[in-house]
Amino acid sequence: MATKARVLIRPKEGILDPQGKAVERALPALGFEGIGHVRVGRMVELEAEDPERLAELCEKLLANPLIEDFEIESIDGS
Amino acid sequence: MLWGVLQFPGSCDERDALHACGLSGEARLIWHEERELGGVDAVVVPGGFSYGDYLRAGAIARFSPAMEAVAEFAAAGGPVLGICNGFQVLCEADLLPGALLLNEDLRFVCRQVDLLDAEGERLSIPAKHGEGRYWAPEEMLDQLEANGQVAFRYAPGQNPNGSARDIAGVRNEAGNVLGLMPHPEHAVDAMTGSTDGLKVFEAVAGARA
Repeated sequence: MATKARVLIRPKEGILDPQGKAVERALPALGFEGIGHVRVGRMVELEAEDPERLAELCEKLLANPLIEDFEIESIDGS
Repeated sequence: MLWGVLQFPGSCDERDALHACGLSGEARLIWHEERELGGVDAVVVPGGFSYGDYLRAGAIARFSPAMEAVAEFAAAGGPVLGICNGFQVLCEADLLPGALLLNEDLRFVCRQVDLLDAEGERLSIPAKHGEGRYWAPEEMLDQLEANGQVAFRYAPGQNPNGSARDIAGVRNEAGNVLGLMPHPEHAVDAMTGSTDGLKVFEAVAGARA
């Protein structure tokens, strides 16, 4: 029985995220005030037969640990 | 001198790289599924969008059979040159330090830039990329500078992507693996404005152990 999981990947603190900045700059023109520190990351959903190896998978492929942090969440089966 | 030029699905500069390598020897293409490099003296990992650049530029290409062979070749002291996407692949493969991030202003740049090599010589070479912002932690940057691993910098005022300390290209600690974002293979014929790219290929050929 495979485990459903969600991996959240985001740029590390301190690394300039130009996508986040671009989103942030666009917000006032749309009437959204008071929103800051926007960071754009990536989300990967997957099903793993061996969830024990997910962290290794993240470190080797899904994220680049030098520049990105990741979190793994398991998703309750529906 | 026999050069091998890797080709991934999505590579697009391998033909110019073959041509540039052919000016100083023989050159052959190495398809990404090949596990043997066929006795080449030096390897070029060319520019393009390997495997569609899905996930992160270079992230998937590093797992190709040919890249496993390149890692062994590099570990044995073989000269390897990564250009643009090839530089990204070599960083993802941990054959070079650091990472390449989205350009600071989010724009794809395509222009002739001046580079300064480690001796301060100026080279005019085209750059064309969307993810060329070199980044490494501060202490790693200090280490690279102390070790003389910064091979190329953008000339003052010409940094096109927000790269840390104007870095355009780096070497590994042993010195046999070199990566840079600008494209020396597009600057080997006076017809296109500059032949300074030849110096990069000569430097790589000279790094043969």
